[in-house]
Amino acid sequence: MTITAPFPVGGVERASPGACFACGLAPAAAGIAATVKADQGIMLSLPTAHCAACISTVEHTLTALPGVRSARVNLTLKRVSVSAAAGVVPGELIAALARAGYEAHELDAGILSATDMDRQGRDLLMRLGVAFFSMMNIMLLSVAVWSGAEGATRDLFHWISALIAIPTVVFSGQPFFRSAWGALRVWRLGMDVPISLALILASSISLFETIKGGHQAYFDAAVMLCFFLLLGRYLDHRTRAVARSAAQELAALEVPRATVLVEGAEVVRPIAEVAAGDLVRVRPGGRMPVDGVVTMGTSELDRSMLTGESLPVFAGPGTAVSAGEVNLTGPLTVQVTAAGKDSSLHRMADLVAVAENAATRYTTLAERAASWYSPLVHLLSFSAFGFWMWKTGGDLRFAVNISAAVLIITCPCALGLAVPAVVTSASGRLFRKGLLIKDGTALERLAEVDTVVLDKTGTLTMGAPEPVDFDAHPAWAAELAAGLAAASSHPLAEALSRRAADLGIPPARIENLQEVPGYGVKGIWQGQEVRLGRADWCGADPLDVTATYLRAGSRTNAFAFEDHLRPGAAQAVATFKAMGRDVRLISGDVCGAVEGLARRLGIDNWTANALPAEKAALVMGLTEAGRKVLMIGDGLNDTAALAAAHVSISPATALDAARVASDIVLLGANMAPVADAVRISKQARRRIIENFLISGGYNIIAVPLALVGMATPLAAALAMSLSSITVSLNALRLK
Amino acid sequence: MDILAFLIPISLILGGTGLAAFFWAMRTRQFDDPEGDAARILCDDWDTHPMPHQPKGTP
Repeated sequence: MTITAPFPVGGVERASPGACFACGLAPAAAGIAATVKADQGIMLSLPTAHCAACISTVEHTLTALPGVRSARVNLTLKRVSVSAAAGVVPGELIAALARAGYEAHELDAGILSATDMDRQGRDLLMRLGVAFFSMMNIMLLSVAVWSGAEGATRDLFHWISALIAIPTVVFSGQPFFRSAWGALRVWRLGMDVPISLALILASSISLFETIKGGHQAYFDAAVMLCFFLLLGRYLDHRTRAVARSAAQELAALEVPRATVLVEGAEVVRPIAEVAAGDLVRVRPGGRMPVDGVVTMGTSELDRSMLTGESLPVFAGPGTAVSAGEVNLTGPLTVQVTAAGKDSSLHRMADLVAVAENAATRYTTLAERAASWYSPLVHLLSFSAFGFWMWKTGGDLRFAVNISAAVLIITCPCALGLAVPAVVTSASGRLFRKGLLIKDGTALERLAEVDTVVLDKTGTLTMGAPEPVDFDAHPAWAAELAAGLAAASSHPLAEALSRRAADLGIPPARIENLQEVPGYGVKGIWQGQEVRLGRADWCGADPLDVTATYLRAGSRTNAFAFEDHLRPGAAQAVATFKAMGRDVRLISGDVCGAVEGLARRLGIDNWTANALPAEKAALVMGLTEAGRKVLMIGDGLNDTAALAAAHVSISPATALDAARVASDIVLLGANMAPVADAVRISKQARRRIIENFLISGGYNIIAVPLALVGMATPLAAALAMSLSSITVSLNALRLK
Repeated sequence: MDILAFLIPISLILGGTGLAAFFWAMRTRQFDDPEGDAARILCDDWDTHPMPHQPKGTP
C-alpha cells in the first residue's frame, strides 16, 4: 500500500510473495499457457532502482524466468514492463526480484494505460520544436537585416522569413488560438487573447510590409513569442504530468481484488465483479474489500482508517463490517451487503462533494495578473492606434504598425514563463524531498496557510503500536507474554515479541499454544492455563488506552501500547509552531490516546472522538472565520475535511479516497518535509511576484518606446529574450 | 551576393534535417526514459533487447 513504508497492519490484498492466492493457481494457469499463445504485459513498480547496474540485474533476473519474453526497465518512471506468456503470474516475478534484492510492486496496467496527458505532452513538444527551428533560422536572417541589408537582399530575407514564420505561427500557435477562442466565446479576456492577437497582427502586418517592400518585419518577434510562450506551457504541462503519473502509480498499486467463495472453492476476482449476497473470504492481515456481515469465524478488526480509533474491535458472526477495515487475527467469511460503488468507502464521496462545493475556487496569482493585464494591453494598443491615426491624418499602415509593436512588446512572454518556471522548480525540489504536488495551485495556497489541522492515527502516528511499560512488568510476566505473543501474528503480539527480543528476554516455554481468533492466545505453562488477549477474555479490567492483557492463574497484567510516532512528526509540529501557525489535533480516537499524544507534541488545542462530519465542520468553521487551513490526514474519516480545507496533505499510506481528495501526497514515511514545504511554497510565491515585477519593469521601459514608434524589431527581440531569461534564472534561485 | 543562392538553401536544409531528426526521435519515443538511457551506456552487456514495442499511448 505504500512504496516507502509498508506498515505491518495494513497490507492490501495484492499479490505478494508470501501470501498470494494467484500463486496457488499458477500450475493450473501454466497448463493453459501451453495452448494459449498470446503474450501479456505486466507492469511492476521498482521504487529502489537507481543505477545502470540495477537495470541490467533486473532485466537479466526477469528474462531468465521461464515464460518471460522480454523485460525493459524505465529508470525515469522506476518501472519495468514485462512481456510474458499468459501463464506467468506477477507474484513470481516479484518473488524473483526480491531474491535479487529489489522491492517490486504490481501495478494495475489498466489505470496506467494510455493517457490523454501523454499525447498532449508530445503534441506540445512537437510544436515547441518547430517554433525553435523557425526562431533560429529567422533570427539568422534577421541579424543580416538589422546589420543593414538593403533593397533586394532585405526583401529576399523578409520573404524567406515569411515562408518559415507563417506556417510556424499557424502550426505552433494553435494552443493559444484555441484557448483564446474558448475565452472569447464566453466574453472573457484571458491571457491568450492578447497573445493570439499579437501573433496574428504581427504576422499579417509583417507580410503586408514584405509585399510592399517595407523596412521592418516582425517575423522574428512573432516566432520568438510563440517559442517562449510554448516553453512556459510545456513546463506547466510537464509539472502536472509528472504529478499525475505518480498519483496514478499510487492508485495503481492497489489492485483491488476479493477472494470469493464459489461452491466452496476460493476464486480471486476483481472487486467490480463481486455482487451483494456473495460470500467473501478475508484472511488475517487483509483489508475488507466490501461491506458485509460476518457469517463465519472470529477475529479482531482495525477500524482506524475509517474512524481513527486505534483500539481493535471484536468481530464474530453477525458483526457488520465495512470496506477499508483490516482483519487482524482469524480468517473471516463475510456475506456481501454492498460492493464497489455502493460500499461505505464510496458513500463517503457524497460528504466530499458537499465539502468541495463549500470550498471556493481559488484564483491563482497568474489569473489575477491576467485579469488586469489583458484589458490594459488592449487599451494601450488601441489608443496608440487611434492616436497615430489622428496624428498622421489617417496613415493606416503606420498606425497598425505601432499598435502591433505595442502588442508584441507588452505580450506576456515573461509572464507566461514567470509562473511555470517557478512552479516547475519548486515542485521538482519538493518531489526530491518526497512530496508530490497533485494540484498546480496547491503551492500558492500552501503559502497562505495560517492554521494547521492534524489527524492522529496514521498521520502523526504510523498506526503501528509499541509497548510502553514492558520493562515495568516482573520478569516472569514478560517471559510469559513473550512466549504467548510468539504464537500470534496480531500486531500487538508482534510488537511484544519484537520488544522482548530487543531486550533479550527469553520467551517462556508454553505447551499447547493455541490462537483463539478474535480473543487472543492461550496455552499451558507450569500446569496452569495462561492467556494473552482481550480484557474480557482474560478477566481483566480494561484500560482506556490500547493494551493487551496477560492472565496466569488468577493474576492479570496489562501491557499498554502507544502508537509509534511518525518520524519527523515532532519536528514538523515544532517548525509549524515556530512559524507562528496555529496547530490543532483532531482525531476519532478515544480521549486518553489523543491527550497523551497532544501533550507529547506540545499541541494545546485538541479534539477527540470526532466523527467525520465533525472534522469537516471544524475545518469549514475555521475557513468561515477567515482562516486558511492546512489539513493533514489519511483516513476515510478525514476525507471530507481534506476536501474542505484550503490545502490538504495526505501520506502515501492513506486510503485511496483520502489521497484523491488531497492536493499534496507525502511519499516517504518522514513527516519533516511537510514543514519544509510550507517554507518553499512561501519562497515560490515570492519568486512569482518578483517575476511579475521583473517583466513589468521591462514593459515600463519598452512600452513608451513602442508608443512613440521607436520600437524596432531588434528592440522587441532584445526585450523579449532578456526578460524571459531573467525570469527563468530568478525561478532557479529557489532553495 | 550570389553566394546567398547556395548559403540560404544549405542553412535551411541543415536546419530542416535537425527538425526531421527531432520529429523522428519524438515518434520513436526516445524521450520516454532519459535517465535510463543515460545509465544504459554504462552497462557492459550487449543490449540485445531493444525497447519492446508498446501499444500506442502506453507510457
